[in-house]
Amino acid sequence: MTHAKWRAGSAVLLGLPTAAFAQTPTLNSGDTAWMITATALVLLMTIPGLALFYAGMVRSKNVLSVMMQCFAITGLVTVLWVAYGYSVAFSVTGMEKGVINLNSFIGSLDKAFFAGVTRDSLVLAVPETVFATFQLTFAILTPALIVGAFAERMKFSALLLFVAGWFTFAYLPIAHMVWSGDGALMWDWGVLDFAGGTVVHINAGVAGLVACLVLGKRKGYPTTPMPPHNLTYTLIGASLLWVGWFGFNAGSAVAADANAGMALLVTQIATGAAALAWMLAEWLLHRKPSVLGIASGAIAGLVAITPAAGVAGPAGALVIGLAAGVLCFLASTKLKRALGYDDSLDVFGVHAVGGIVGAILTGVFADAALGGKGLAEGMTIGGQVWIQFLGVAVTVAITAVVTFILLKIIDAIIGLRVTEDEEVEGLDVVLHNERGYII
Amino acid sequence: MKMVTAIIKPFKLDDVREALAEVGVQGITVTEVKGFGRQKGHTELYRGAEYVVDFLPKIKIEAAVGNELVDRVVEAIMKAANTGKIGDGKIFVVALERVVRIRTGEIDGDAL
Repeated sequence: MTHAKWRAGSAVLLGLPTAAFAQTPTLNSGDTAWMITATALVLLMTIPGLALFYAGMVRSKNVLSVMMQCFAITGLVTVLWVAYGYSVAFSVTGMEKGVINLNSFIGSLDKAFFAGVTRDSLVLAVPETVFATFQLTFAILTPALIVGAFAERMKFSALLLFVAGWFTFAYLPIAHMVWSGDGALMWDWGVLDFAGGTVVHINAGVAGLVACLVLGKRKGYPTTPMPPHNLTYTLIGASLLWVGWFGFNAGSAVAADANAGMALLVTQIATGAAALAWMLAEWLLHRKPSVLGIASGAIAGLVAITPAAGVAGPAGALVIGLAAGVLCFLASTKLKRALGYDDSLDVFGVHAVGGIVGAILTGVFADAALGGKGLAEGMTIGGQVWIQFLGVAVTVAITAVVTFILLKIIDAIIGLRVTEDEEVEGLDVVLHNERGYII
Repeated sequence: MKMVTAIIKPFKLDDVREALAEVGVQGITVTEVKGFGRQKGHTELYRGAEYVVDFLPKIKIEAAVGNELVDRVVEAIMKAANTGKIGDGKIFVVALERVVRIRTGEIDGDAL
């Protein structure tokens, strides 16, 4: 019963005729094979993609702390997903198109511990087990993104508590409201977010900003030099993220079909364009193109195309990529320095700004006249952009409030930051009794 | 006996090593060091954060030599390590009080 509703709703989103789902759904092995692959690709994005990307950017005394955080988040979110996460995100019990009730905001607990999910349960033409694992990899990546904002100064214990709470009160509700189907708040509004521009990137990016403001700057920032200790890791990480993102975007079609194909293409276009744009902007303004810059540009493009991957066409992807490359460059260099906050690894500058740029432009480039898949019946670009803006605004509001409250509570209980001496000595040795390099 | 210490540009190490072998120096100790003199550093830029890097990588060579060899050793190093550009380095000569070969216990001249 619940599956039929999800399928019908997602069919509308994907522009497929709902009549196609009148017959009993059957498993499609092509779709399933792709989705299993996509799941692996997205997990690779976190471990080791993001882990390496971030690890290379911090000082060598903190290299392990970042990797530990990413890896631990993977385990923690997995367990919470099983316990209640999948259910709260994707259960459609009690949901009805156009009806706003509690389940418009959060799913029921009827699928807690995967109750009712059997080997044969299906979501579209894919086993529910695969769909649930695929979505789990998104739930893992999102909090992992945030660690960049407070790198090199957060206590590991505080981080685990924060992630558990944030996953529960920020990620799950937003994922549910955007993705779960008819009756979900933002789904019913018609917010277009194919693979997580709001759910993942704006969510994590804004949480990162709030977190770095609450935790405060690193000791010595901005006058003490803190250059990335190993940009080779960062580039390897960025490459793994780029490749893995095909699973993230094309996999969000939940099928091996035309939508996945276009998602694949536009992802590549936007990323290449953004990498080039950041590189050129940097060359112009800072006299030399850099490895950190081009890697960051690629990520910015990946972030921005994420919400648009299901609806934009090649031309739209090009524009989205170029815009993200330039705007995220400005946000991460000029804006950050002007406002003075210590967003250590530019989580806000890349993920929030890139996500917002992408989310808004999704409303524009969904239009068939601009090469997109086509807006909903009777919708205009202006109308869709307004809906996108609402989606962005709600996401920003929820995540900012939840992040702030959670951090304050955890600070009161166990404290968020390590001591100054510990920060100077380095988190690897202080928090984990290990050194990253014994040379 | 003297301890001859030379700070040189890293890529000159092989040239200096060969030159020292030619004048009869049997063994040297090499360390990787950082430093600056009149040769200025450079700036690095990471996402808009600019750092001035003062210290340049150099190689330190130490050789314990007999008094009769010192002048030729200094000259050999100078010729081999010279590029004519700022940052070529410096040579320091310091008096050595005692030298001991650990394996055999030989001292001073026999240990060089």
